[in-house]
Amino acid sequence: MYKQRLAFTFALTIMFVGTAHAQDLSGDVAELRQMLTQMRSDYESRIEDLERRLDRAERSARDATEIAEQTAIDLTAGASSPNTFNPAIGAVLVARYADIDANWEDIPGFIPLGELGPGKSGFSLGESELNLNASIDSRFFGNLTLALEEEDGSTEIAVEEAWIQTTGLSNGVTLRGGRYFSGIGYLNSFHRHADDFGDRPLPYQAFFGGQYVPDGAQLRWIAPSSLLLEFGAELDWRGGSTTSADAWTLFAKIGGDMGVSHGWQLGLSFLSADVLGRGGPDVGAPPAEVFSGDSDLTVFDFVWKWAPDGNSNVQNIKVQGEYFSRDESGTFLALPYDGDQDGWYLQGIWQFRQGWRLGYRHDEVDAENGAAFAGTILGDPGRSSSRDSLMLDWAPSEFSRFRLQFTEDRVLPISDNQLLLQYIMSLGAHGAHQF
Amino acid sequence: MKKHIVILTLLFAPWAANAIEVFACEPEWAALVTELAGEHADIIVATTAAQDPHSLQAKPSLIAATRNADLLVCTGADLEVGWLPLLLRRAGNPDIQVGQPGHFMAADHVRKLEIPKSIDRSQGDIHPQGNPHVHLNPNNVSRIGKNLAERLAVVDPANATEYAARLQQFLDRWAIAIDDWELRGEALRGLRLAAHHRSFSYLADWLDLDIVATLEPKPGIPPSGAHLARLLETLSANPPAAVIRTPYANEKPSAWLSERLNIHSLLLPYTVHESGGPTDLFEVMDSTLTTLEEIAQ
Repeated sequence: MYKQRLAFTFALTIMFVGTAHAQDLSGDVAELRQMLTQMRSDYESRIEDLERRLDRAERSARDATEIAEQTAIDLTAGASSPNTFNPAIGAVLVARYADIDANWEDIPGFIPLGELGPGKSGFSLGESELNLNASIDSRFFGNLTLALEEEDGSTEIAVEEAWIQTTGLSNGVTLRGGRYFSGIGYLNSFHRHADDFGDRPLPYQAFFGGQYVPDGAQLRWIAPSSLLLEFGAELDWRGGSTTSADAWTLFAKIGGDMGVSHGWQLGLSFLSADVLGRGGPDVGAPPAEVFSGDSDLTVFDFVWKWAPDGNSNVQNIKVQGEYFSRDESGTFLALPYDGDQDGWYLQGIWQFRQGWRLGYRHDEVDAENGAAFAGTILGDPGRSSSRDSLMLDWAPSEFSRFRLQFTEDRVLPISDNQLLLQYIMSLGAHGAHQF
Repeated sequence: MKKHIVILTLLFAPWAANAIEVFACEPEWAALVTELAGEHADIIVATTAAQDPHSLQAKPSLIAATRNADLLVCTGADLEVGWLPLLLRRAGNPDIQVGQPGHFMAADHVRKLEIPKSIDRSQGDIHPQGNPHVHLNPNNVSRIGKNLAERLAVVDPANATEYAARLQQFLDRWAIAIDDWELRGEALRGLRLAAHHRSFSYLADWLDLDIVATLEPKPGIPPSGAHLARLLETLSANPPAAVIRTPYANEKPSAWLSERLNIHSLLLPYTVHESGGPTDLFEVMDSTLTTLEEIAQ
């Protein structure tokens, strides 16, 4: 095409020259010059365009080569390494400094379960935790959490969680077996290092010794709806001090969003146990201070979260609360016993700038065990045990947190002002952002 | 009675619909699914443009959505590592688990930038597989689109031809648009910028922009006063043209630095917006370029 045009221009030029009169010559030359300039700029822009295309083609060719290369690298890298299938490994390091005068180890009106109370003053290493988890195969997922704790000078290793779970069942069904955090209530399924305060709320301490961790099986089903509607059932064969063998749990959760800024969840749970000898090692040697009989616990929980436009990076608010009510009947000290206990907590956490949070919590428990057992461990104190806590924490990154907490503790008849300084550090595998 | 039916339909809508249910982690992938599947897909997006996909939680609404999904379209490269694995475990849905056709990770299909040489948290919240914010290079979107259309055809074979046809239409329009953007990009070559987070590395790579600094001292670590003061000192001799940030980034550090350096503080659209911003991928790129062109003059 360009050649044709050139030829045409040439022909034109010859024609012009052939027929031109002398006086027209200078005008024609000017015209010719203009045409040539026009042609040159035309060519130049075309060449520029071609260059640009070539450059682009080269770039995409380079991209393609690099992708091919990377694929080759990806395919070969690590293929022979024996640790390729290592599970996700995470560790949590916790320690605290505390100033505590009232170091109570049981709550008036409640038979103590597990380790209770604010703990001792001074510096102490908390529970160091080691977690391993991975897909087992295409159908199962496994999780192991070990807790290392120092007690009376010797280090104890406890299996905190050891469970397997299905990932291959459909229709919203999951089955879990082993030792796991029960789905009861809201806070129970969280690791303690994820808590917003340095210790568990009183109802969790009084009713579960901190956390309900059954050995058994759990079935969960999520309904096919746009709201979260989840139902769960558990069987507990552990038979520890928390409940008893053959305890069972039912729970239901409903949750969703309100606009983009709000998220919420409500839960209702029920735990039924036939308790055998709660309260000490003297099982079978009555009349010891042990309780045997029916225990029915109902828990209502809610959580509400807010963040501007749902972006929780800078500011966010979380409000949560749970109410526990337990009805027990059976024998205590070989006497017929019928008692009711309840407890609740309400807390709010406000992240006011990136990394900084302020929180307040009120928690209390109350026992109505009747007058017959005054002076025993179930003796009704005629008042509720309660606390108020204020905390400020700072998280320089997602993996580290420092916490300062003040608590006014009224579990004992004399109130105690407590101070807690704590650090919680996660290393290794990225933690889960549980709602 | 009528009211009850309405409520039931709302609650159990997924049972009634015959379009496939797509769970998109970020709005850009929802937009891409819309281009490729049209009304054959009902899409639920986990995040909006205003939300940081790193820091989301496994909310109840998202658990419900993953339970019902036929196809999961996310970025991958550990962008959603804090919440997606948890959703997958809770969902009771085998179709979208890792390795299944219903599990599509966009970043798996492109060449990643900024792959860390050493994997250590002292380097911040780094992603071992490289920078996951891949969608602002439109050539990446073409590649991801091709792979995504194939995946749609596997998940929903009945509409395979439709997906192929829609892909071709999209790629044709997208290629013309890329030509246009690249021509416009010539004028932006070498433009010096500071970014809040490494969200624009692929854009910079594509258009040859020069990102001279990030306000975050390490990826995912909020900008500290000390780091900003250091930036102010080092950048004041030769300040960049602007500080750029995504809608979910904290505005204050950008404002602080740009005010002192007397340069622009730019909010780039970054992705598709529900309202008040670009509504599809074409508009995202157009608007990004327009915003940069305004300060490049």
